[in-house]
Amino acid sequence: MSRVEVKKTYKLYIGGAFPRSESGRSYEVSDAKGRFLANAAKGSRKDARDAVVAARKAQPGWGRATAYNRGQVLYRVAEVMESRKGQFVEEVRAAEGLTPTRATAAVDAAIDRWVWYAGWSDKYAQVLGGLNPVAGPYFNISAPDATGVVAALAPQESSLLGLVSVLAPIVVSGNTAVVLSSKDRPIPAITLAEALATSDVPGGVINLITGDPAEAAPWLATHRDVNAIDLTGVAGTDLAWGDLERAAADNLKRVRRPALDGLSAIEEDWSVTPTLGRIESFLETKTVWHPKGR
Amino acid sequence: MSTFEYAPAPESRAVVNLQPSYGLFINGEFVEGTGSSFKTISPATEEVLAEISEASPADVDLAVKAARTAYTRVWSRMSGADRGKYLYRIARILQERAREFAVLETLDNGKPIKESRDVDVPIAAAHFFYHAGWADKLEYAALGPNPRPHGVVGQVIPWNFPMLMLAWKIAPALATGNTVVLKPAETTPLTALLFAEVCQQADLPPGVVNIVTGAGTTGQAIVDHPGVDKIAFTGSTGVGKAIARAIAGTPKKATLELGGKAANIIFDDAPIDQAVEGIINGIFFNQGHVCCAGSRLLVQESIAEEVEARLKRRLQTLRVGDPLDKNTDVGAINSGAQLARITELVAAGVAEGAERWDTGCPLPEKGFWFRPTVFTGVSQTHRIAQEEIFGPVVSMLTFRTPQEAVAKANNTPYGLSAGIWTEKGSRILWMADQLRAGVIWANTFNRFDPTSPFGGYKESGYGREGGRHGLSAYVVTGGPQ
Amino acid sequence: MSSPAPDTAVDATTRARDLLGVSRLTNSALTAWLHGLPGVDQVGCDGRAAALGTRSIKNESKKWAIDLAISMIDLTTLEGADTPGKVRGLCAKALTPDVSDLATPRTAAVCVYGDMVATAREALGTDSGVKIAAVATAFPSGRASMDVKLADTREAVDAGADEIDMVIDRGAFLMGDYLTVFHQIADIKRACGDARLKVIMETGELVTYDNVRRASWLSMLAGGDFIKTSTGKVSPAATLPVTVIMLEAVRDWLTLTGEMIGVKPAGGIRTSKDAIKFLVAVHEVAGEEWLDNQWFRFGASSLLNDLLLQRQRMRIGAYSGADYITDDAPSLY
Repeated sequence: MSRVEVKKTYKLYIGGAFPRSESGRSYEVSDAKGRFLANAAKGSRKDARDAVVAARKAQPGWGRATAYNRGQVLYRVAEVMESRKGQFVEEVRAAEGLTPTRATAAVDAAIDRWVWYAGWSDKYAQVLGGLNPVAGPYFNISAPDATGVVAALAPQESSLLGLVSVLAPIVVSGNTAVVLSSKDRPIPAITLAEALATSDVPGGVINLITGDPAEAAPWLATHRDVNAIDLTGVAGTDLAWGDLERAAADNLKRVRRPALDGLSAIEEDWSVTPTLGRIESFLETKTVWHPKGR
Repeated sequence: MSTFEYAPAPESRAVVNLQPSYGLFINGEFVEGTGSSFKTISPATEEVLAEISEASPADVDLAVKAARTAYTRVWSRMSGADRGKYLYRIARILQERAREFAVLETLDNGKPIKESRDVDVPIAAAHFFYHAGWADKLEYAALGPNPRPHGVVGQVIPWNFPMLMLAWKIAPALATGNTVVLKPAETTPLTALLFAEVCQQADLPPGVVNIVTGAGTTGQAIVDHPGVDKIAFTGSTGVGKAIARAIAGTPKKATLELGGKAANIIFDDAPIDQAVEGIINGIFFNQGHVCCAGSRLLVQESIAEEVEARLKRRLQTLRVGDPLDKNTDVGAINSGAQLARITELVAAGVAEGAERWDTGCPLPEKGFWFRPTVFTGVSQTHRIAQEEIFGPVVSMLTFRTPQEAVAKANNTPYGLSAGIWTEKGSRILWMADQLRAGVIWANTFNRFDPTSPFGGYKESGYGREGGRHGLSAYVVTGGPQ
Repeated sequence: MSSPAPDTAVDATTRARDLLGVSRLTNSALTAWLHGLPGVDQVGCDGRAAALGTRSIKNESKKWAIDLAISMIDLTTLEGADTPGKVRGLCAKALTPDVSDLATPRTAAVCVYGDMVATAREALGTDSGVKIAAVATAFPSGRASMDVKLADTREAVDAGADEIDMVIDRGAFLMGDYLTVFHQIADIKRACGDARLKVIMETGELVTYDNVRRASWLSMLAGGDFIKTSTGKVSPAATLPVTVIMLEAVRDWLTLTGEMIGVKPAGGIRTSKDAIKFLVAVHEVAGEEWLDNQWFRFGASSLLNDLLLQRQRMRIGAYSGADYITDDAPSLY
């Protein structure tokens, strides 16, 4: 007789802890073939609100951490992901209906992509910043600065690689994040949250909410304590990215539009090596002057 | 106790597994050299630590061939991302074995355990981390179109920061896709040989890193070898010039990081207590065995007396002694030869009329030691203001105006570093503009970071190490060359 | 070793005019003098403190340092809920810190509110060697009239306090009204009579290291016997860098005037390890003369028990626990 498994409860990841939704609700998550996988927490707008509070609280510390320190923390996340590779492969396979080979390739790519971004922490400033040779006796330097709290809609289809591709570039530069996971494929995101929680990532730097993004997204788009919003994951939902962008204009959030085919949001090809674009989307540039004189 | 005496606080040697003799690390394995052997000693006790192989030209040839094969068959075909992963592994293992490296470095070099533990080893690991991340991002580094490696790089490093200099050399070389033949200094080979073990633990493909121990002849063999595409050298200006001459007219390229006689400039509005600390860090850190040491103290004349008094009082709290004691501030001079050089130059300073003062602290019986020493009444024309002493000796000169400070600071064939101490921001920036030095520290001194380029003007060498700029020496760009 | 006692016949204002070289002590004269002091580079100062913190104090030195630290504690209770019972317990602890080893040194003093001095005096007697320090001057905020602050001081002195811990007017200081701060300290000093005056600068509220340096010099100029970091009611309280600046100040003051001033970091020092770092700083920044409870104190409550734990560990050769350290009123800090 085979062993009876201990089934897992899937919760949200907010402020470094794993609470249930304050609404007490959950929803059924199925695998790619429609078979029941688990009940996941159904995040509400209040959960999103709490996540923003946590992200804001964590941001000054994370933003002030040295680039070296952030790089170390993020590289450690990759180490933990690698150690949980089997689990990730299994979950991606079930969520996306991939063959074991493809699922493994996707997980490998996700870990490698995380490493790629971790390696940028102490370099993007050297590439994106620099000395400006102004026409006067002034020292003048432009330096990138984290924008603050970033809300993001993770891709609907690519449950781990796409998620990593959206999340890592946000936090590598010192922003903190509130991420709405894929609605139908949230389980790899929750496992990622567990990897984050065991990797020296300070609580609140990354917050993950499962559920229907249509509920929380409009509230994040209008939230005045959110500095930027990444609309990537609109593709494949009923949300209109234009509406969210319009809402975000209330406090002039920096908006990263989803990939578009004409005016329709589409899911990106995550196998393409990224550019610095996603890091740049969530950076401000600060220029400082100082006279030079005896 | 009627007073606060610090009981001995020795770091244990047990973490280090010293072997009686070491071979060469070629093609991923330790092999016997075909040359003679020499001993490496602890400069604090003069005990013999191990026997080291002196790599012959034949050995060097083997190493270069191994590096070439590894380059052609493996390393140049590997993606940047994968190269980066090896470097990340190396960085991690250095962190894991940090204590072992720190103790070994202190034993072999004579520097205080406090420094190898808190400075040398952590920054070395950080260098590997930093460069690991560049391996797959070279097209962003503004190096030029199509950046690609040279091939086989020959690297010769000095004895003052053995592990750190190894990291400064190997990390960027590997990140950019080159393979390496490296020779550590003859008085400090042990951490390089331990690093070879780390390469094995990281499963680094054989031949990517080769360590050949030896002295001048081995170094010469590396420089002269036709299979080496690029040389990276840190050491004395004299040898640097010899290398520059040797490669002239050949396809070989070189970067040189040589000596210095840095001016540490203190204005009357300096934050005085921190400035005194800056003087200490500038010239007594690492026993003054620092190319960028603040060996010339340029003090504004109006505060010269006060600075001298505060400096001498502060020097009394420096503890000179057993490098393995965690409370030691100033360790042993690296070798008898170096001690002789320091002694000769200090005697010259006295002979040329400068006033010599030292802390008078007790020194151990065995080993090579020199007390922290301050010369006052020094003029620009004195030998002790012009020549690199490379010991815990600071020469104090004065100046009246910023202009004069700049002129005196620049009045040297060297140009590695400089220090500026003042509360006035504009003056810092104006001085920085005028000073002909590759690294300028304002209100701090001797700070190093993998992201921050390091290197000199004039006879302090050419090329930079660290940062985005440090990558450029290790790549060729553009069309065929 | 102690310096000659300050000449109380020459009042603070006269001496200040002398030191500054001015005919009238005005706020602008004070400002020029204080702002003419060398600046403090924060990063460099933090670096020095961190370096001092790497000293490894072991075995005999550690034992010596622990005993010295215990003897330097002003054992403190400053709570609204203080009762005579609490204060009596505190005094008993000051007299006998470790009932399992009567060779343990006594603390330097107890530190209580002014209306508890009489209770403390009764509990300690007159020749225990443990002094009574009273906070006064509308501690901790200092926001009251000078009449109230002087009355507060006199009552504590009359009740038998050996030392007074006053607070400076931080509002006046931050507004640049150094003259007011000066006069307040000088006046309180007069009201102290024979009691020694500790001047609390509340460095956490002064924020910058330049302010800490200036407040230190102003307090010494005005006649304080001790400069003290904090009330312990504001965070950050005593940090090592701030204490280093104060140690530099008293060192330089000795060179300038021949007079020794004491230093008291208070608040936030909880572990033996921390306390030993401070002693190293005293030793290497100010000098051996300050390694004496006449010239250096720790304002602390829970620190004592951690020192006793370490002392027990060194005595019995095993780690000890809270059950083996007496606690009359478990500390809220």
